[in-house]
Amino acid sequence: MATLELQGLAKRFGKTTVLHGVDLALTDGEMLVIVGASGCGKSTLLRLVAGLEEPSAGRILLDGVDITGRDPARRDIAMVFQNYALYPHMSVFDNMAYGLKLKGMKRPEIARKIEEAADTLGLSALLGRKPRELSGGQRQRVAMGRAIVREPKLFLFDEPLSNLDAKLRVQVRADIRKLQKRLKVTSLYVTHDQIEAMTLADRLIVMHEGRAAQIGAPTAVFDKPADRYVASFIGEPAMNFCSATLIAGGTAARLDAGPTVDLPDGARAGADDTRITIGIRPQHALLSTGADAMPLTVELIEPLGSETLIHGRLADGSEFMLRVAGPAPAAETIKISLPAHYLHVFDAESGKRLEPLTPALSAPAMP
Amino acid sequence: MERRTLFNGRLLPAVLVLPQLAITILFFILPAYKAFAESVRATDAFGLHTSFVGFANFLHLARSNLYQHAMIRTGVFCVAVTVLAMAAGLVLAVFADRAIKGRAIYRTLLIWPYAIAPAIASVIFVFLLQPQIGLITNLLGRLGIDFDYATNGGQAFLLIILIAAWKQVSYNFIFYVAGLQSVPRSVIEAATLDGARGFHRFRTMIWPLLTPTTFFLIIVNFVYAAFDTFALIFALTAGGPGTATETLVVKVYRDGVINLDLGGSAAQSVILMAIIVGLTAIQFRYTGKRAVS
Ligand SMILES: Nc1ncnc2c1ncn2[C@@H]1O[C@H](COP(=O)(O)OP(=O)(O)OP(=O)(O)O)[C@@H](O)[C@H]1O
Ligand SMILES: [Mg+2]
Repeated sequence: MATLELQGLAKRFGKTTVLHGVDLALTDGEMLVIVGASGCGKSTLLRLVAGLEEPSAGRILLDGVDITGRDPARRDIAMVFQNYALYPHMSVFDNMAYGLKLKGMKRPEIARKIEEAADTLGLSALLGRKPRELSGGQRQRVAMGRAIVREPKLFLFDEPLSNLDAKLRVQVRADIRKLQKRLKVTSLYVTHDQIEAMTLADRLIVMHEGRAAQIGAPTAVFDKPADRYVASFIGEPAMNFCSATLIAGGTAARLDAGPTVDLPDGARAGADDTRITIGIRPQHALLSTGADAMPLTVELIEPLGSETLIHGRLADGSEFMLRVAGPAPAAETIKISLPAHYLHVFDAESGKRLEPLTPALSAPAMP
Repeated sequence: MERRTLFNGRLLPAVLVLPQLAITILFFILPAYKAFAESVRATDAFGLHTSFVGFANFLHLARSNLYQHAMIRTGVFCVAVTVLAMAAGLVLAVFADRAIKGRAIYRTLLIWPYAIAPAIASVIFVFLLQPQIGLITNLLGRLGIDFDYATNGGQAFLLIILIAAWKQVSYNFIFYVAGLQSVPRSVIEAATLDGARGFHRFRTMIWPLLTPTTFFLIIVNFVYAAFDTFALIFALTAGGPGTATETLVVKVYRDGVINLDLGGSAAQSVILMAIIVGLTAIQFRYTGKRAVS
């Protein structure tokens, strides 16, 4: 159990900067999930914390102690690797005992701890086997067991489920979460699977090109994505974006596709005619017959069983996706409306989220 | 999966395997047969008279002190060369694996000795170690060490061990570098995070994972030391002084070609053949098994 703090952690490989200074603080027992597209620097961040790479700048504090330059063998951090990295020449028991022996623990104590962990993970019958005699799921559990028997200050997970089949993944995901909650070990968990991220995380950090695009609770990130990248990355299927201009003093927007939508939660900063992007998730847009409905030319229909995905194009030619309950209406052009309270507003240029101006903020700025 | 190519007819496959078959027959089967044939005969020094003697040649060898000594000498030689060459190859490979800058150059340089013909290697060492004018001989002389491999049997034996090992280091180096590269990096990293460092990590993690390589190299080095060092030894000491550097292969040559005891020499060849077949069988058996699992 520990707290972890990263201060301006940066990493360059030669000329390419992989991490541009990440600041992060984990409270004791927290599960923080790092999510982002391939190559955005997730593994690098994890390896810096583990001490397997040296940071180019910044500090790492574990329990308030600066461990930035400390030997990885002396950090008391356990990591579960994507390929599990089990010791191929050792039995399951010895795999788990290796770190304990190095700690100088006595044999009976080691045996007791391993039996306990094996019990939790359902590995008791497999302790004598070599890694090559195990299935993928069993190997994954051994890797977990090896990490938990050591009772480290910090768990690091680098996509530990990506080599499992879809069904097993869901189950192991839940197991990991339960285990982590019970053991209350502070954890950093890397994944590029956003469902994994949403379900596991106390807090999420969405990484984009070596920067933390947003840090927050999963629901907060989902409900109020900080920029267009986060909005498109979190949520499946991805959010729709429509170009628009700000009108009526920032209280409404005119979509390029035609209709005008109100922004009932408050005015956005910016003069009229400022270019913005309106975002809405496919499940939030509605089939409609109302006067403000806009036409969508249907291009593809994907039935998902109880729901249907409708791909189409708006009047201005931009793509739009709609997720509706039940089957899709049998028409080449349908009419949809965008409920005002589900709209996300982003600056067209910077992609940053535009929050409604609260009364305090809309007061004239101090000179 | 095994790849099979199918040919129609019989002529083409026959023609294709013919050269290999011819080489095998001419250079392996025929000499081996000759050796077997000669080993049960006695021929006089002029080659005029040959008689069948059964296993007399072998019995003679079994009772011969000289032969037993040569056998022990060869054993010591093989073990010494194998241990030295493999240890040096492993140490260099570990460093090459760690080196970040100049890695490619370092590796290439270390592979060079392997490309030198054995006899040439001996000539180079003669330049360095010649009892009167050798470079190293003079240096050793200044340190008060009287080095003369031409008269001192112990020194001569040590010398052929060193040169034979030196030539084989490259080979072991290459295999150990490859072996080290096949140890997954994440396994080493996991061991590090478990708290293992330095030599302990090497002993408990890397060395066991190199076992297949080590086993393969032991056999190869043994065979090399026992059979492939003839040119090297012959060019340097010709088995002398006395019999100080007379390993089994050198003895075959000396007894057969110089002392003209063809039957005895042939019997020795047959024994060597049996040894090499045995070693190869062991290697095939174990490395073959590993490849399957
Ligand atoms: N040792 C290295 N030398 C040079 N570049 C590297 C090195 N390690 C990583 N990189 C680069 O850093 C970037 C981030 O890599 P990283 O492994 O952290 O990505 P990731 O977010 O974990 O991606 P993935 O989801 O595919 O695992 C990549 O562009 C990669 O090419
Ligand atoms: Mg990665």
